[in-house]
Parts: sequence; C-alpha cells; structure tokens
Amino acid sequence: MTSTAQDTPRKARRSRAPGRGVPLALLAPALIGLAFLLVPLLALVVRAPWRDLPEQLTSPAVWDALRLSLVCATTATALSLVVGVPLAWLLARTDFPGRSLVRALVTLPLVLPPVVGGVALLLALGRNGVVGRWLDEWFGVTLPFTTAGVVLAETFVALPFLVISVEGTLRAADPRFEEAAATLGASRFTAFRRVTLPLIAPGVAAGAVLAWARALGEFGATITFAGNFPGRTQTMPLAVYLALQNDPAAAIALSLVLLAVSVAVLAGLRDRWTRAV
Amino acid sequence: MTTHPAPQGLDAHLVVERGSFRLDITLTAAPGDVVALLGPNGAGKTTALRALAGLAPLTDGRLRLDGRDLARTPPESRPVGVVFQDYLLFPHLTALDNVAFGPRCRGADRSEARTRAAAWLERMGLAAHMGAKPKRLSGGQAQRVALARALATDPRLLLLDEPLAALDARTRLEVRAQLRRHLADFEAVAVLVTHDPLDAMVLADRLVVVEHGRVVQEGAPADIARHPRTEYIAQLVGLNLYRGRADGHTVRLDAGPEVSTTENLSGPAFVAFPPGAVTLYRDRPTGSSARNLWRCEVAGLESHGDQIRVELTGELPLAADLTAVAVAELGLHTGAPVWAAVKATQTHAYPA
Repeated sequence: MTSTAQDTPRKARRSRAPGRGVPLALLAPALIGLAFLLVPLLALVVRAPWRDLPEQLTSPAVWDALRLSLVCATTATALSLVVGVPLAWLLARTDFPGRSLVRALVTLPLVLPPVVGGVALLLALGRNGVVGRWLDEWFGVTLPFTTAGVVLAETFVALPFLVISVEGTLRAADPRFEEAAATLGASRFTAFRRVTLPLIAPGVAAGAVLAWARALGEFGATITFAGNFPGRTQTMPLAVYLALQNDPAAAIALSLVLLAVSVAVLAGLRDRWTRAV
Repeated sequence: MTTHPAPQGLDAHLVVERGSFRLDITLTAAPGDVVALLGPNGAGKTTALRALAGLAPLTDGRLRLDGRDLARTPPESRPVGVVFQDYLLFPHLTALDNVAFGPRCRGADRSEARTRAAAWLERMGLAAHMGAKPKRLSGGQAQRVALARALATDPRLLLLDEPLAALDARTRLEVRAQLRRHLADFEAVAVLVTHDPLDAMVLADRLVVVEHGRVVQEGAPADIARHPRTEYIAQLVGLNLYRGRADGHTVRLDAGPEVSTTENLSGPAFVAFPPGAVTLYRDRPTGSSARNLWRCEVAGLESHGDQIRVELTGELPLAADLTAVAVAELGLHTGAPVWAAVKATQTHAYPA
C-alpha cells in the first residue's frame, strides 16, 4: 500500500500526457530547421584541409588578418561601450521629446544592410563627405580605407546591439536604487557610476560580447567604407571572401578559425543565453 | 503642535498633483518631533514622503527646513535621510560600504566615511555584520543598516516609509522597540509613513491622518484614539463612531436614532463607543437600564482576537464584541434579528 502511494505521483508525472507525442507537423519542420543550421557548419569541419591546416594557419597573411580583426573588433567594442552605455542610460532613464524616434533610429543599423551602412559612412565621413570634408580640411584626418575606418564601420553595426542590450538591462534594474543614492547625496552621475553601473555590469558585459561578435564578423560596411587592403583593412571575413576566389583551402581554414572564436564566445555566454529562461 | 511655523524644524505645505490625484497637506514639526503620517493605501502618504525627499516635485506650496527653503533643491542637496520601505540597500556593497556611501557622497574621504559608518553600525548592534552583503542580512538587520545609512549623513529630516512593513510579526515587535529608541535619540525631525496604527502610536509623538490627499485629523496618538473624526480612524482604533447634533445629554445622529450620553453638549458632535460596550439581546429587554436600545440584524461574524466581532445593520450600523459563549447562547447567525444596547456611561461624545 505504501509503495502504491509513492508510485502514484511518479506514474502521474510520467504519463502526464498519455499518448500525446510530438505531432509530426511540428517535428518535421523543426528537424529540417535544425539540420539547416548544423549541416553547413559540419561541412566546414568535414571538408577542412586538416593536413594542410597547420601550414595554412601559420601563414603571415592569416595572422595579419586575425590580429587586425581582433584589434579592430575590440577597439570597436570599447568605442561602443564609451558612447553606447550613456546612450542606453539616456533612453532608459530620461524622458525627452522624440525619445521613441531616437530609439528607432538607434536600432536602424540592426536591420539596415551593412553595405548601405558603408555607403552612408562614406557619404558622411568620406573625403568629400558631410563631416569628412571638414575633418580632412581642418585636421588632415582621412578615415575611409584606413584601419580607423574599419573600427568605425564595425562600431556602426555593433553599437546598436550594445545599446539595445544595455537599455533592456537598465529597464529591468530598479530605478529606485538611484533614488536611494540621490537621498544619500549622490549626483545623478555618481549614482550611475557607483550604483547603477555595478548593478547592470552583467548586462553590459553581455552586450559587449554581442557587439564584439558582431564587429568581428562585420563584412559589408567594412569593405565598402574601408576597402580590402591586407594588413591595413583586410579583416578575417574579408580575407575569407578573397581567399575563396583563388585559394578555397585557405578560405576554409580561415572560416574554421572564425567558427572556433564564435564557439568560444558562445561557451563564455552559455549561462546567459543557452539556458532557457 | 505649534501653529506658527518654527524657525527650526520642518514647515511644509506640500501640493503635488498627478493626474486626477491631488495631495495637499500641511506639515510642521519641531526638532526632536516624531510625526507619523497615517492613512489608508493610496491616501498620498508615500507621495508626501517623496515630495519631502525631493523625489517628487512640488506642484505648489512650500518646504522649509530649519528656515532654509528646500522646495527647489534637488534630492542630493537636501539634508534629508530616507529609510525606504524595502530598504533599497545597494546589493553590490557590504553593510559598511552601504552606510559609508552617504558620507562619501557628502565629501568625506574613504577612511573617514568608513570610520563613521562603522560607528553607526556599532551603535545599531551590527558590528559583527559590517562585511556582509545585504542579501546575507536578516530583515531586522537590513532595517537597521538602512536606518544607519540614512542617519550617517546627519540629516535634519529623517523620513521612514513603512519602516516595519517588510518584517515578519516576531521581528517586527523587536525592531519596533529598537526603532523607537533610535528615534527618541534622534535630535532632528523624523517623519514616518505607515498604515499600521500600532506602529504610528508606538513610534510617533504626533499623528497626522491623511485620507484622499488631505489631512483629516492630527494630534497626539491618545487624543486621536479617543476622539476619532473619521470612519477610517474609528475603525483603526476599534470604535463605533457617529456624527450628529447634540442637545444636552442627547445626540441626534445623522443616521437617525438618538444616543444618550453623559456629556452635556450642544451643536455638531461625535459619539463614540467601543464594540465591547455593546450588549446584544434576542428579545427586547425589559429590565435593562440601558437607554440606548436599537433593533438590528446580524450582518456578519468574524473572530477578533479571543472575541467574536458581530457586524450589525439596521436602525444603527455598529460593531459589537462578544465572547464565543455569548454568541452560542444567543444563537447568532447572519440575518438573525437582535436588540443592541449601550449604556450612556459607556459612550463618549465630543464636539465635531
């Protein structure tokens, strides 16, 4: 009798939906979708020229591209943090006319084709651009087709990811902590620096990683605004594209490196995104 | 109790409009006073507190503290300390750094701020918990850290929002006694907001009762308990309260019937009597000396401590407290007709 009493809940749990499997109409497309995402990546691994790989990866051209990619993506992320966190704060914590319009404009680069972003950057910061003309004339600064141009192009596409991510975190954070800080004599900036920022640090970090990954993979805006000069503006994605045309084995090797970096980033974020909320 | 604004202390007329809600209250207090804003939820108490702290802008009115006009001063520049309802201790800082936060912001260097914070925590009996993060503190400890944090900036006005609401019943008793001691030691003005009459009466020297954004009554706790002027306060202090017109020893109630009282009054008056003073009869009593006798009907029964509270409707709506035995003997149930009697000596009449 006692064993029956113990068995009942367990049995009930197991047969919670008796005879109700996953309908084929949902299972089939789900599996097709999963395969669609995984097969290309598997193909990359299967077809990799594993024998030549050490040689491929030690070529100076690969290292130049990888180094440039990492430096530019990291710089773009830092730049995004410096302007993006305050921008997110402004959107989340203040009320000004046209705020929803500003937020829409901030997210525009998320949906804008990156090539269009590159063209827009050329028109703004190019040698004859709206702003670029004055930069050239007054300071002798030229941005297009330079490493700085790569950083700017990557920042342009990465910044919205950071702003949206940090703004979401800020909105979820209790604004009354800032009020408590104010009653203790903290200016709004002090409250932000000493209370809000530490509280949203995990969200900022996640946004930064997202922005970094986006910057690392950036192609369209970079090639349009900064061109494709090895050692100067040729980042990994550009190198992959170029290599594919005359040395497919090298392209695969470079792609593997980027895949490895992406997997590492995902592993670093597994607590935040791969765990169902 | 001063009618003229004292140069020292708090002199405020708070007007805050938000949508259709309007708060309009006058609040004065001398240094050393503990004033409780008492009122039901949504009465505007917390809005008043936020206005005093500078977290809600004044629509109109004035705010002076020790003679200084604070109406346009931002919260960070007001000499005001706040203990928030859920404390809002900064979760990433230790108890010590939470308390040191204020002195740091007001110009003390790190070691000086920490020394002062440590002294406050010691005073609160928290010397052993200085390094603890807020989530490791019990409710009572967190409350004391919050109090220490608010006091560490030497405020001239201390605001406490429902200071005991977040605590369980047992901790509450203990913390209430401690808080009372700390408030007694505090030399400037303290204003606390609560919807709990017991907290208000134990902690405050003076009650200001707020309903619908207005002050409906203020005075010493004992006076308010004895002479409630609104239904809300009467219920809080457990009295039956009626308004009427007195003529000698009789008050004709607005509700209809007359009540005989011992007081001799004339003009608008309140009559109050405790539910325990009501006697109930199944049949009309003949030999009763009570002159106040009304025909009623039981509207509800509810246990109330070791007594049973009987809600009555009829000639005069009232609450009566009976023992369980009496309820059983009378066979009371919802809808049962009864006679309710109150002796004149048990009633209390006072001018409205």
